[in-house]
Amino acid sequence: MESGIFFSDYRSDMALRRMPLQKVRTGLLLVGLVVFPFLATPYWLNLANQIAIATIGAIGLNILVGYTGQISLGQGAFMAIGAYGAGLLTVRFGVPFYISIPVAALITAVAGLVVGLPSLRLKGLYLAVATLAAQQIVEFVVTHWTGLTGGTEALVVPAPEMFGARLNTDGRFYWILIVVALAVALFAANLFRSRVGRAWVAIRDQDIAASAIGVNVFGYKLLAFATSSFLVGLSGALLAHYRSIVTWERFTIEVSISYLAMIIIGGLGTISGSFFGATLIVLLPAMINTVGRSLQDTAPWAATVLPYVQQGVFGLVIILFLVLEPEGLARLWRNVKDYFRVWPFSY
Amino acid sequence: MAEPAASSPAPSTCLEVDGLTLSFGGVHALDDVALDVRHGEVFAIIGPNGAGKTSLLNSISGLYRPQKGSITYSASPGEEPASLLGRAPHKVAQLGVARSFQNIELFRAMSVLENLMLGRHIHMRGNVLTCGVYWGSQRREEIRHRAAVEDVIDFLEIENLRHQAVGTLAYGLQKRVELARALALDPKLLLLDEPMAGMNVEEKEDMARFILDVNEERGVTTVLIEHDMGVVMDLSDRVAVLDFGRSIACGTPDHVRADPAVIHAYLGDAG
Repeated sequence: MESGIFFSDYRSDMALRRMPLQKVRTGLLLVGLVVFPFLATPYWLNLANQIAIATIGAIGLNILVGYTGQISLGQGAFMAIGAYGAGLLTVRFGVPFYISIPVAALITAVAGLVVGLPSLRLKGLYLAVATLAAQQIVEFVVTHWTGLTGGTEALVVPAPEMFGARLNTDGRFYWILIVVALAVALFAANLFRSRVGRAWVAIRDQDIAASAIGVNVFGYKLLAFATSSFLVGLSGALLAHYRSIVTWERFTIEVSISYLAMIIIGGLGTISGSFFGATLIVLLPAMINTVGRSLQDTAPWAATVLPYVQQGVFGLVIILFLVLEPEGLARLWRNVKDYFRVWPFSY
Repeated sequence: MAEPAASSPAPSTCLEVDGLTLSFGGVHALDDVALDVRHGEVFAIIGPNGAGKTSLLNSISGLYRPQKGSITYSASPGEEPASLLGRAPHKVAQLGVARSFQNIELFRAMSVLENLMLGRHIHMRGNVLTCGVYWGSQRREEIRHRAAVEDVIDFLEIENLRHQAVGTLAYGLQKRVELARALALDPKLLLLDEPMAGMNVEEKEDMARFILDVNEERGVTTVLIEHDMGVVMDLSDRVAVLDFGRSIACGTPDHVRADPAVIHAYLGDAG
């Protein structure tokens, strides 16, 4: 139980993990992440890798939507640019994966900068429609510029190799993804306890006051678009090398919406919420599938309704969160922590 | 209150507004407004509702773009005056002009501390990379400015509110936090839009004391809009009166109070 904690310098008061209990939790999380691949089946490893990729993308989207307040429907487009960028660099120019991934992320950041230009004049839903246009344009280019992307044909990316070993197995790619995801989470958490992140949140909360206090509002909006797109492009590039195959169906407007669902369910403007939301949206259909398969023998009709159940549950979960806990899973987690912080003396 | 002109031989101008005209479509919000604020004084702008006081403040801080006239500002005596007209709000702030708003415009989801740290934004250098890595010089910068913010927190006696979200604070305290955020910017010129609106007597007294302390101890030139005449007459060195977008009087409180045009604007014609 915590009580009477005082700090004698600003540095410890400003630390990301201030309380002893927080440090213990972080340590346990790290140990769990290291032990996990030795205990998990390939099925669970695959899910963990999907969650890691989705978490990186969700943190990227959350920077733009949750923290800076600029609604974007272009998530799928930015992931597509990252994925095709990394895939084509490797396929056409033979660039190794550890270079093509960051370069693809940088290309996506530049694309994000361009898509962010309308934010000079547009806010809220109007900006969302402008990003929707970007989504449609990228989808169109990807499917029609056959000479570059192969059009609707799948782009097959050679397996990433290092020291002669193929890395795109679930067990090996796990380590790459975990390191990148943790680095991204730490980077984002640092951003929001310092100058740049504060300016973004200020723009979300009160853009006029932000400009009057000296924040270059348009400049910081563009910076948010670029930073967000960098991370989203990064997750797309990782996906390309993990799957070894890039197809346009993975980057449609549906992807944009399911990522928005992740950060709403997880918690807008929180790093942990990006992870929780990504986890839920990845696991939910997998769990429903498992339940459907186990029912196959006793109730064969279950298989036919499964796709509808999946979509229905997806919608239901979003509605339930919006109504019952608009601040998302991150808030629920905080409530649990608050409860146990003073347990068993809850007064 | 002593006229500052008496102590220094040539009073230097901090803010000079001349011939300022601002219209929205056919509505003249400001019509040929002129006034000058001297370094180190508390200057009040008064006038009936809709007289254009807030429009004037918004023009100074760059939120509105007047069609005609000039606004020049010099941070300290002897410094070459710079034009504020047509300058973007964040560039006006960078010159050392801070303000508060009539309907509190704080960053509601943030803590008091974070709101005040935003006041330090223009004095900090961190970019996306240094902030994301948060190591070495960036950490030192954050800590250095945290110390500057703590000075303001002590000054305005809001130590106990540090970590609270401003959205949860009482109205009077939010007004005080907004003053604190402006002060954290280390301004040379402070613009306060109705800092005491909606406060009870006790809160008004506190706020009046803080405004005088800021002016005297930190030497900040202060321009304030206020409706409470008692407060205006007690606090300010000089007063400007606006009516229907025109400046109708400017001078010491006693001078303005006796001006027939001012009496006409507030009370109408006798008989």
